[in-house]
Amino acid sequence: MKYFNLVWSALFRRKTRTIFTLISIIAAFLLFGLLNAVRVAFTSGSDTLAGNERLVVASRFSIMTGLPESLKGRITAIPGVEGVGHENWFGGVYQDPKNFVFSFAVDEDYLATNPDILLTPEQRQKFAQTQDGALIGEALAARYHWKVGQQIPLQSTIFPRKNGDKTWPFTIVGIYKTSKDAANGLDQMFFLHWKYFDEGNMYSSHEVGWYVVKLKSPKDADKVAQAIDALSANSDHETKTQTANAFNASFAKQIGNIGLIVEAIMAAVFFTLILLTGNTMAQAVRERIPELAVLKTIGFSNRSVLALVLAEAILLLVIGGVIGLGLASVLAPALAKGSGGMIQLPPLGWVIWIEGVVLMIVIGIVVGVLPALRGMRLRIVDALAGR
Amino acid sequence: MNAAVAEVRQANSGPLVQIRGLSKTYTRGKQKLEVLHHIDLDIARGDFFALMGPSGSGKTTLLNLIGGLDSPTDGSLSVDGKRIDKMGEGQLARWRAGNVGFVFQFYNLMPALTAQKNVELPLLLTKLSAAQRKKNAGIALQLVGLADRATHKPSELSGGQQQRVAIARAIVSDPTLLVCDEPTGDLDRQSAEEVLTLLQRLNREHGKTIVMVTHDPKAAEYASHTLHLDKGTLVEQQRTA
Repeated sequence: MKYFNLVWSALFRRKTRTIFTLISIIAAFLLFGLLNAVRVAFTSGSDTLAGNERLVVASRFSIMTGLPESLKGRITAIPGVEGVGHENWFGGVYQDPKNFVFSFAVDEDYLATNPDILLTPEQRQKFAQTQDGALIGEALAARYHWKVGQQIPLQSTIFPRKNGDKTWPFTIVGIYKTSKDAANGLDQMFFLHWKYFDEGNMYSSHEVGWYVVKLKSPKDADKVAQAIDALSANSDHETKTQTANAFNASFAKQIGNIGLIVEAIMAAVFFTLILLTGNTMAQAVRERIPELAVLKTIGFSNRSVLALVLAEAILLLVIGGVIGLGLASVLAPALAKGSGGMIQLPPLGWVIWIEGVVLMIVIGIVVGVLPALRGMRLRIVDALAGR
Repeated sequence: MNAAVAEVRQANSGPLVQIRGLSKTYTRGKQKLEVLHHIDLDIARGDFFALMGPSGSGKTTLLNLIGGLDSPTDGSLSVDGKRIDKMGEGQLARWRAGNVGFVFQFYNLMPALTAQKNVELPLLLTKLSAAQRKKNAGIALQLVGLADRATHKPSELSGGQQQRVAIARAIVSDPTLLVCDEPTGDLDRQSAEEVLTLLQRLNREHGKTIVMVTHDPKAAEYASHTLHLDKGTLVEQQRTA
């Protein structure tokens, strides 16, 4: 700590240059934080405990292709199946197209297949008894300040009602909590009755979007999945059955390999950052050769000088990086809120912070090592003579 | 005079600096340049030595060798009984920290640090606490008459004041030997006299042994002995005070 003042003063010897370098570091780590939040948002649903205990049965060809409602009874009869429910994508918006609501039409058995949705018996009963009833997650309720008993009009972006009106009226009958292991965004969902949806929409087809199957044991997943797919083999509605985790992962992949995209962008950003910061550090040390020579003259060892310059580079990265990640921590929830639910960015977790701090130190060492070696190796008499 | 020997000894004490057959050769590409040739010299404890000579005569090289900033090509160099010519870089750095104070022509202060923090620099290498470092630096600044400038940065001080801060930095760890390279070379006459008077006081009142390189005969008058070098050889030694 006694050298901190020396490192700090060296860092801010040229304030303007240091501040501009800091801004680029802040920008890089802000991007790092936000893009990692995006990656987590797209992948977090694919690795839950409950996700291995459930199967998702969708059309083999496309998730947008419906499956017959009649399949439910046949799936229920397969050994190893505990319960079957189904979902349809509703695609609702609230008041304004930017206020997107993750809304699904579900049957009465769906809720029992998802143990991460925590409902009281009263909520279940109320939902079952109310034709236009809706169950909503806590976060969604908080976002729009919705209360139980409130009438909510949602517009479907895909399904108009039989009279051509796209606005569907709903009554909120329950606000559910989620388990601590729930996938990111589950508390933002809006569930409506499938019958209300199927009978009321212009394209009523008695088809369901996909089935969700609760298994008696996760060990039976492969066997049950094969049996389900065999039911529709060689029909016009062949299915593809996979665990909920795998289904979520493949759903995210339809948008693109988010992890790869994030890594590619970050690689470009950090490569540029290394060049920029490395140049700044090299210039800063070049200007301070006589000062480093004086330090060595008064007794600082070669290693001390090496450590001082490295500490300076690491400190620069840590200051900028922490500010950048701090900003990302604030901006991620703000962006999610501002997007009206379209962007579901989770808070920056400790893993991202640890990765970030490790990156700061590694980049600090990378950009500082050459100038530090130069400082370490300088010959005092040459440096003092300006050679 | 090829190997002039200057022996200045005080009663009951041997020489602080003892140089025998000292040579220094620089290699620049394929060329070898002998800067110092077989120097023999003793500098007594508590002496104030001025090294004079034309440019390229080797005085700064000799000063650098005495201060442990460079190593000789040949010969022996002992300071306070220690063979510094045999020391490695790390050993030399530790030795310099405890035994030598340096004063340069262009002060060489850290521009971003205050006078106080500049003076504290050598103490960072000791085990002193922050409070002790601050106290010692304050005493050193008081000694050079700049206690009221402790919080000023070098850019806020005159050349003479900066050099006095540099002297405070050189003496703060209480070294035996002060090595000064043209300490008045960048100062006006009045500031130069103040600095030289200060060095003289440090020599006479605090017993510091001082070796000073200078071009200025008036500056050399403040020293007790003056040595002249020419083409890497000691040519003359005068007792001046």
